[in-house]
Amino acid sequence: MAQSSSLGRRLARAATDAAFWRGLLGLTLFFLAWYVLTAVLKLPRFEKIPDPLAVLVDWLNPHATRSLFTAPYYVDILYSVARTYVAFLAAVVFGVGLGLFMGWSTLLFNFTFPLVEVFRPIPPLSWIPLAIIVLPGIELPVVYVTFIAAFFATVINTILGVHSIDRKYFLAARCLGARPLDVLRDVVVPGALPFIFTGLQIAMGLAWMSLVAGEIIAGQRGLGYYIYQAASLYQYDQVVMYMFTLGFLGFVSSVLIRRVGQRMMAWEEARRKSKG
Amino acid sequence: MSAAVATGIAAAQPARLVDVDGVTKCFGTEDDRQICLESCSFGIPRGKLTVLMGPSGCGKTTLINLIAGYELPDRGSVRLEGAPVAGPGSDRLVVFQETTLFPWMTVYGNVAFGCKVKRLSQAAIREKAERILAKVGLYAFRDKYPSQLSGGMQRRTELARALINDPKLMILDEPFRGLDAMTRELMQEFYLKLFEETCLTTLFVTHELEEAIFMADRLVLLTYKPGQVKEILDVDLPRPRHFSMFASKRFFELHDHAMSLLVEESKKAFAAGCTSAFDQIAGARPPAGG
Repeated sequence: MAQSSSLGRRLARAATDAAFWRGLLGLTLFFLAWYVLTAVLKLPRFEKIPDPLAVLVDWLNPHATRSLFTAPYYVDILYSVARTYVAFLAAVVFGVGLGLFMGWSTLLFNFTFPLVEVFRPIPPLSWIPLAIIVLPGIELPVVYVTFIAAFFATVINTILGVHSIDRKYFLAARCLGARPLDVLRDVVVPGALPFIFTGLQIAMGLAWMSLVAGEIIAGQRGLGYYIYQAASLYQYDQVVMYMFTLGFLGFVSSVLIRRVGQRMMAWEEARRKSKG
Repeated sequence: MSAAVATGIAAAQPARLVDVDGVTKCFGTEDDRQICLESCSFGIPRGKLTVLMGPSGCGKTTLINLIAGYELPDRGSVRLEGAPVAGPGSDRLVVFQETTLFPWMTVYGNVAFGCKVKRLSQAAIREKAERILAKVGLYAFRDKYPSQLSGGMQRRTELARALINDPKLMILDEPFRGLDAMTRELMQEFYLKLFEETCLTTLFVTHELEEAIFMADRLVLLTYKPGQVKEILDVDLPRPRHFSMFASKRFFELHDHAMSLLVEESKKAFAAGCTSAFDQIAGARPPAGG
């Protein structure tokens, strides 16, 4: 009940918000231009792109190979979402964990930072050959490639987060009698959270990118894999439809992370509001 | 001369909580050695409010870091009740110049922190924290975050966070800097009242001479480079203190005397600043050095 009324209030607020209307106008202009270029003017090169109406019709067509009303569409989504989220969660656990200790302990930082800096620039997709021969099955290599992209973004941002914490908070904590584990829990973790969540946003984006690439090369089922298949059958309506599906899933993922972040960082919200 | 004054006072007041004894502290490398404090000695008597003053760069912050235990002296010793200070501890609490309240904790969370890390029971923490919050007048704001408080309230939260640990020594490093004049006066009054009730041994650092005399039992004046004790003044204004004392004859006498000493040291500091500036800019010999 409270949910729906707050949604209603948010919609009502959005309707009076200039930013909302500008955003809507931007989207409308884009789809209009796309339609005119591909369906009306049919300019050279553009005529190969499916027009937005055709994509929409395909999306709603129960008899298409994949559409909103076919089960395989949701199976593809399920596979891709499961792979991405497993990889992302692994990246959160290992990336945040390693990042916190690297940021906190100079010793560990000195030991591991060069290693991280050598491995970080290696493009995730170049891991695929090794991942396939080392890891069993089809799922693990794809998940690994997705994980590795998200992992380094998380580690680096977590380290930055810890290093961004003002020294005075460490001094104050020690003065108040805090032991190292207290400092970790009450200073290092909360102090690094804003950077960690920035890192997680980036990591989620990278995870989706490498997931699709991984699925195209090594996968079976999933959105990326089907895009590749549909393309080889010249079903470009389906390709575009899956592209937008990926966009939507990425968008929802971002919103979820932001929500969790706001939950965990109520003080940041308070500060933003008190600044006007 | 200064050493003689220091020992004279020490003999008269044996009940010292902290002894700073012949402390020397340098910074920098072998080649570029900056002597910050040299053979600096004074005591902090129990139950008194000691104010530390001197021109900027005289080593006040270093002294605080040594007493708080963040740093160790190169020579000499800092002792708390006779035992050398080896590191920071909640028996000597520092309230820093700028706020160090944890922005991610509520007022309650900040105040309760010292008890939490001592592993007191939730009930005991709640009881202590709520009592102290009521005392500083912030009970109604216990669920707010520091960013939602005014500057004066933040300072009071910080005092509460320190006081809850029943420290033996409060170290206040220019605690009211950056507050507007009105809030500053209120905070001075607030801390004085607290001090006059509890006689909590306090080391107070400030740049404001009026504030120093108004608050202090003893005024320790430091020299500029190297930091040594220039003179220790006993501020014998009666307690409880009141703002009307600013107009008293004794206040003026103390003020004049302290001011002349401070001006002397500040001139040295200023001339040193000019010297290095001249050296850098023109390579010319400074007029004062000739």
